[in-house]
Amino acid sequence: MSSMIQAAEEGRPGGLPYQQILPAPRWVDGHPTLGEITGDVVRAMEARPGKGWWICFAIALAALGNLGVMVAYLFAKGIGIWGLNSSVGWAFDITNFVFWVGIGHAGTLISAILLLFRQQWRNSINRSAEAMTIFAVMCAGLFPLLHMGRPWDAFFIFPYPNQRGPLWVNFRSPLVWDVVAISTYLTISLVFWYLGMIPDLATLRDRAAQGIKKAVFRLLSLGWNGSHRTWSRYEMVSIILAGLATPLVVSVHTIVSMDFATSLVPGWHATIFPPYFVAGAIYSGFGMVMTLLIITRQTMHLERYITMRHLDAMARVLLLTGSIVSYAYATEFFSAWFGGNLYERFHFINRATGPYAWGFYIMVLCNAITPQLFWFRKARSSVAVLFVASVLVNVGMWFERFIIIVVSLHRGFLPSSWAMFYPTVFDMGILVGAFGLFFTCFLLFIRVLPMVAIWEVKGTVGHGAHRMALSDDESAPEVAHG
Amino acid sequence: MAREFLVATYSDANSLMKTVETLRAENLKIHDVYAPYPIHGLDQAMRLNRTRLPWVTLIAGLCGCGVALAFQFYTAVLDWGMNVGGKPDNSTLAFLPIAFELTVLAGGLATVAALLLRARLYPGRRECLIVEGVTDNRFALVLPKSDSPRPRQILEQSGPDKLEEKEAEL
Repeated sequence: MSSMIQAAEEGRPGGLPYQQILPAPRWVDGHPTLGEITGDVVRAMEARPGKGWWICFAIALAALGNLGVMVAYLFAKGIGIWGLNSSVGWAFDITNFVFWVGIGHAGTLISAILLLFRQQWRNSINRSAEAMTIFAVMCAGLFPLLHMGRPWDAFFIFPYPNQRGPLWVNFRSPLVWDVVAISTYLTISLVFWYLGMIPDLATLRDRAAQGIKKAVFRLLSLGWNGSHRTWSRYEMVSIILAGLATPLVVSVHTIVSMDFATSLVPGWHATIFPPYFVAGAIYSGFGMVMTLLIITRQTMHLERYITMRHLDAMARVLLLTGSIVSYAYATEFFSAWFGGNLYERFHFINRATGPYAWGFYIMVLCNAITPQLFWFRKARSSVAVLFVASVLVNVGMWFERFIIIVVSLHRGFLPSSWAMFYPTVFDMGILVGAFGLFFTCFLLFIRVLPMVAIWEVKGTVGHGAHRMALSDDESAPEVAHG
Repeated sequence: MAREFLVATYSDANSLMKTVETLRAENLKIHDVYAPYPIHGLDQAMRLNRTRLPWVTLIAGLCGCGVALAFQFYTAVLDWGMNVGGKPDNSTLAFLPIAFELTVLAGGLATVAALLLRARLYPGRRECLIVEGVTDNRFALVLPKSDSPRPRQILEQSGPDKLEEKEAEL
């Protein structure tokens, strides 16, 4: 490595520009100059959106409209319009809630955990992954609200001085922990996302001609002027936030799993739930990141920054987390058999052979078998295979939550109250509508805000040059190979 | 209050870094560097002190934790005890998840607020760019104007794209 740097440095006065001698940065194709990086990312926002974007947006908007209508009807009539009954009191609503919270986790993993591990490949995908987190948590937050039946009384879940005693919320309940965890998670994710965007907003501000656009970017960029003294503090704060967000993200899905694990229901009452849920969350989130990045790179032409190597790295994460999830499925069955509890054993036999067995096999097919494809380089390097597999991962993870929630509830301890859950058109409509909300937000985001972190990509690309200047700095990670 | 500065503009971080090292080796003062991305290693080269912001995180985090524990203890034990499933009024272990969340929330928000205060970043602030393009593809090395000719000499030798004297409010 150092000999390469030396060669590059020696070669420079010989007439060759050192860019040709420096090895290519690993996570960006070619040698874009700093100005080209700004141009490439901003061009995608300044150009008129292509046909692909409009088609996606029209579909998403239609689904969002559908959500509005369904929710209005739900508020007017009450949750009796869903397929719930007294045995299956949680179904699509809580399934969707857990599904969307899980999706959010990959964004934090990419932005925080990979930052702590100094993984350079996060730099061109972290911005959109963080945006995804925020939109996913918004969708997740919708469902407990709808599920309450009287959403206008939603403020009851917050501990505020009231005239009913004051009767405080029950702080021993995981449901209350959940409220605090999800609100904290949304707040910290929003702050992290916005803070990361400030330098890029300043770049946009300085490119914009006078007008509304400039005024808006000026307001949002808080007067950022690129001072290194500020950069130095800014990077420290990013690391601190990453350090805070890492245990936070683990705590969020742990607490979500405790909503189930602290109950006595067979299929829920399991100590394996917290790690199992966290792994599943990261798995489903990476599936969604993959879907979104493939759409973004194809419709916005960012192949140079979101490279096949990025997709390959994500496919490997899917393989790892998918295998952890499969191992957890196996462990659940093993504990049910080995633990000797009759109810637990019945539940798992029912899961694999009962009336919802089809859902169980969809889950196994999508979550345990699909990611095994990624052992093969051919599968990891085909955009089509990656796209289909990432969608299947999300289908599988939705079914996982459905299986955990509905199958556990529909045949409980008392056979006389066994029941089936059949989704109504409103269950389906709200499920589809949440996707509409999510994709509408995301498609608007990639139009109006920089979906690739311009300054972080510049840092990645400029890294080789700075190694040359600091050739005695052994602590700098090596990135500029291959 | 506008002051006078000596501003050298570069188009790559490499020459800027070497100039900074030369200047600091002679103990000359550097006002600041303006760059489109954080140049790693420049902190040491400029001999910047380590920021004290992590202390803000620690203190705010501890406050968040303390407030959460105290509030849960007050509501569940002192103000209105409730028997939930026979658990003790003071279920400290069950109060930990919320205490943890508030530690993170308070620590995170306070750190960001402290950064914005310290760096004087706030909505509506008019940006003051020392040269055009420092948020895009230019690097600017800014020295306070001095009577000694040495800083100017070093900057000239470093081969900047442009070297100028400027009045600015930085």
